Amino acid sequence: MSAITRDEVAHLARLSRLALDEGELDHFAAQLDQIVGAVARVAEVAAGDIPPSSHAVPLTNVFRPDEVRPCLTPEQALSGAPAVEDDRFRVPRILGEEA
Amino acid sequence: MAETVTLMPYDEALERFEPVLGLETHVELGTASKMFCGCPTTFGAPPNTHVCPICLALPGSLPVANVKAIESTIRIGLALNCSIAEWCRFARKNYFYPDMPKNYQISQYDEPLCTDGYLDVQVEGKTVRVEIERVHLEEDTGKSTHVGGATGRIQGADYSIVDYNRAGIPLVEIVTKPVEGTDRLAPEVAKAYVTELRELLRSLGVSDVRMEEGSLRCDVNVSLMPRGSSTWGTRTETKNVNSLRSVERSVRGEIERQAAILADGGRIIQETRHFHEDTGATTSGRSKEEAQDYRYFPEPDLVPIAPDPAWVATLKAELPELPSVRRARIQAEWGVSDLDMAAMHNADAIELVEATVAAGAPAADARKWWMGELARRANEAGTALADLPITPGDVAKVTELVASGALNDKLARQVLEGVLAGEGAPEAVVEKRGLRIVNDEGELSAIIDQVLAGNADAADKVRSGKIAAVGALVGGVMKASRGKADAGRARELILEKLGVEG
Repeated sequence: MSAITRDEVAHLARLSRLALDEGELDHFAAQLDQIVGAVARVAEVAAGDIPPSSHAVPLTNVFRPDEVRPCLTPEQALSGAPAVEDDRFRVPRILGEEA
Repeated sequence: MAETVTLMPYDEALERFEPVLGLETHVELGTASKMFCGCPTTFGAPPNTHVCPICLALPGSLPVANVKAIESTIRIGLALNCSIAEWCRFARKNYFYPDMPKNYQISQYDEPLCTDGYLDVQVEGKTVRVEIERVHLEEDTGKSTHVGGATGRIQGADYSIVDYNRAGIPLVEIVTKPVEGTDRLAPEVAKAYVTELRELLRSLGVSDVRMEEGSLRCDVNVSLMPRGSSTWGTRTETKNVNSLRSVERSVRGEIERQAAILADGGRIIQETRHFHEDTGATTSGRSKEEAQDYRYFPEPDLVPIAPDPAWVATLKAELPELPSVRRARIQAEWGVSDLDMAAMHNADAIELVEATVAAGAPAADARKWWMGELARRANEAGTALADLPITPGDVAKVTELVASGALNDKLARQVLEGVLAGEGAPEAVVEKRGLRIVNDEGELSAIIDQVLAGNADAADKVRSGKIAAVGALVGGVMKASRGKADAGRARELILEKLGVEG
């Protein structure tokens, strides 16, 4: 049984706003299935006495004081933007036809 | 796109259905810097001037949590009687709107900082306990402006422009458990909850809680079930509810809308609806993405939070007196009725009266002026009581002048008028307008003689024992002195002159 279905890949592609054609869906579904399968092997190694972890370092409570630091200028902030309008980042239409 | 909305009259809707409420409130914390970077949080700055590599998600940048925001969230949780997590994590909420440059928002998912609390609110003399499901910490999003299209809304726009000043400001989300059994008071309970929560947050000093500037925002969930049923109906979530009055209106409106659909055999669609302040109506928004579509997972860039129990205990011990406790104490101290207390609460007068008492006025006098003459003037001017150009110190001074006999109530009202008109402090107004009461016995005596001479009939009646007639004579003295005589002393002197025992 595959770890990820073609339908799930199509769903993820839609959420990610990636336009994948039929051929690409087949192609990536197979690749992702292999990747998910490879990662799943970790679960086989982890015995019941190993708690699931999300962080590689045994640290907690890394905080910073509530202090203001210098910002970028708008020119610096917007320098890498593909499109700018009124000192704001200009982005393509957010809701497509499906909305 | 146009949607026909049929409403069922509220009373009929309530006869047939029972509402269940849920409220999600977002509060922007009043920290100096953002949640995960050092950019300032002040409102109204020019676009993209409060941004840095972290809140713009430039490659290689890493977030670090603001300790003050964590502390504020724990304090909110404690004030809401929540349990504080001993260990919890941030989570990534993935989505693809450009209001967050990272393509995800750092939030909390299944491990909120605070859980299982409550807030008691008063509605029509009844205490309603609203249970709190969770309080968690996340970051606010940037502000999008939609360009093109007729309505300025996201639907139909050609493109959008984004300002990330707000992106990354610490945002606390407070979620209630479903509130059942409110019956026809559901709209009032919703409003009372947000009002009480706002006061609580203000007393904690964690946010400026300005609904009009968006630092306090409310999403209102409503569902209906037929009377006698115990299965909840499908709920809708109304967003964009930006005033206390709108909270009440949106609940009422949604009950009327859903009731009409259900009564007609229709089904409620689980969706987000947008509230329109101008009409009080809601319109359909996007249907809600499934929670799993956000693909939450533990935020790898931030290590877990494990609040030290000793720290939490200190924060709990240092909580300020909470608004409901404070109101109960003040009510007992001032000896006022529930009704008068509620009236002061609704007029936002409690703090003003309290400050006036602190400035030396007796509570009854302070309350009388704020809730009487000054409330009337605020109402006429269409402003909030607190925005009148008069200080609690001024009001305390006026009560002092009345108590010392230098002013009577009528003159005091003229003094208040003068202060409000910008003529200066109470004493200055008294001097400028010549409002000091006539308590020179010689002057008062001369006025009384004059009045007695001019009202021989009334004077005779009093002499013959009809004491009640003295009122007309006192009135004459007040008129002759243009309100500046001490009415009590005038009465004594009149009776004395006419040889009658008062």
